[in-house]
Amino acid sequence: MYAVRQWSVRHARGLNTFYRGFEAVLVALHPLFRWIGYERLERPVAALERPVKGLLFDCRMCGQCILSSTGMSCPMNCPKNLRNGPCGGVRANGHCEVRPEMMCVWVQAVAGAARIPGGAQALQSVQVAVDRRLQGKSSWLRVVRQRVGEAP
Amino acid sequence: MIFEDEPVPGYPLPIRPGHTSPGRFERVLRTGQFAVTTELDPPDSADPEDVYRRARVFDGYVDAINATDGSGANCHMSSMAVCALLTRVGYAPVMQISCRDKNRIAIQGDILGAAAMGVCNVLCLTGDGVQAGDHPQALPVFDLDSMTLLETARTLRDEHRFLSGRKISYAPRLLLGAAENPFAQPVEWRAQRLAKKVAAGAQFIQTQWCYDVPMLRTFMRHVEELGLLDKIFILVGVGPLRSAKAAEWIRTHVPGVHIPDEVVKRLAGAADPAAEGRQLCIDIIQEIRTIKGVHGVHVMAYRQEHTVAEIIERSGVLNGRKPWSPGRDPHANTNRMAS
Repeated sequence: MYAVRQWSVRHARGLNTFYRGFEAVLVALHPLFRWIGYERLERPVAALERPVKGLLFDCRMCGQCILSSTGMSCPMNCPKNLRNGPCGGVRANGHCEVRPEMMCVWVQAVAGAARIPGGAQALQSVQVAVDRRLQGKSSWLRVVRQRVGEAP
Repeated sequence: MIFEDEPVPGYPLPIRPGHTSPGRFERVLRTGQFAVTTELDPPDSADPEDVYRRARVFDGYVDAINATDGSGANCHMSSMAVCALLTRVGYAPVMQISCRDKNRIAIQGDILGAAAMGVCNVLCLTGDGVQAGDHPQALPVFDLDSMTLLETARTLRDEHRFLSGRKISYAPRLLLGAAENPFAQPVEWRAQRLAKKVAAGAQFIQTQWCYDVPMLRTFMRHVEELGLLDKIFILVGVGPLRSAKAAEWIRTHVPGVHIPDEVVKRLAGAADPAAEGRQLCIDIIQEIRTIKGVHGVHVMAYRQEHTVAEIIERSGVLNGRKPWSPGRDPHANTNRMAS
């Protein structure tokens, strides 16, 4: 929902802090996840992740979440799927070229990132091309496996 | 045997130390000349002569010609084909690649193919949304974005491999470019975005049309503060406006183009608005050439391509230099062909 998405960007700092804690809990649960089996967990966790992040960020379940690096503004809502900054067509009022009724997700990302400690630097990291195979998969489980060194 | 009417082929030049392409355009930039590039409006035709006719109007005034890739999401002859035709006779094209119509498999193949045909410069763009053009029912691809496209091209060139990791036996030797719009929101982050593009591999940029020099100065100051001035060649986009009405239409209908009210007023008050538009363009060129870090201009004179020569001539930016065009050095070419 657009209004909630706007709220999330305004509260980027709090959401980022909450997520840091949440991620630490998930990482701590890694032995349990491994015992149950990541393959088996994939569907139920994704089923939980989708509505939560869908409500807060209009999440598109790209499966490789970078919200912490984009000021809590989901770049997959950009009609051009831009994950590295705004295009050159942003309107003078900060709205989207393709969908004029919508604020540019990158104008929001820059504003949101300013609220997160280290957010401005995170915005500068060049994001690699999206792996389309991860569409619909849980980003949370992937992050845990990355943190413990089980996934690239 | 050499036939009189045989076109002079676009021989690759020896690559100088520190250069990444065998092209003339990179030489012009690296020797510190004020470079001039322009844009060729690709024909809605399959006749090669339509391309050559459109290129010839720039002869003697530009260092490189951009071949647009379905700009404005409108269908025309492909940038790849325009470049193939241009390199055949020796022109230095800048091949624009847009992420709108092709995925990473097609794009990487095109980069190899273009380099094989003598293309030395590539401009990596995200591309306009399909809603802007004449085929709004088309699928927008956007598999890559301008940044990951830059990285992809650099991977092919420097690491001699595809994104998949598979080896390339002979890497494309290219000068990589990108676009930047110092006049669009979020304005204060635009220089940062340029820094990101430099980090992703951009060696030159061509900007959106500049009609607001103070805004450009602010952008250039930010670029300098980020320490980017010696890392990137900046060519500022300029172009003649035909009338106040045209300016008004462009600023309301073309996303990302910023035209201040004073410019519209100046055109409205002129007896000959088209001449005033050209004069305005010349004034802007003369003003921006003095800005530190500006290495040239990119003249976008859509449907007024015939005015480019006059604008460049009168602006004096070439300083007596005559950019290469077919037939400029008949003697040198004959020697090269004979050897």
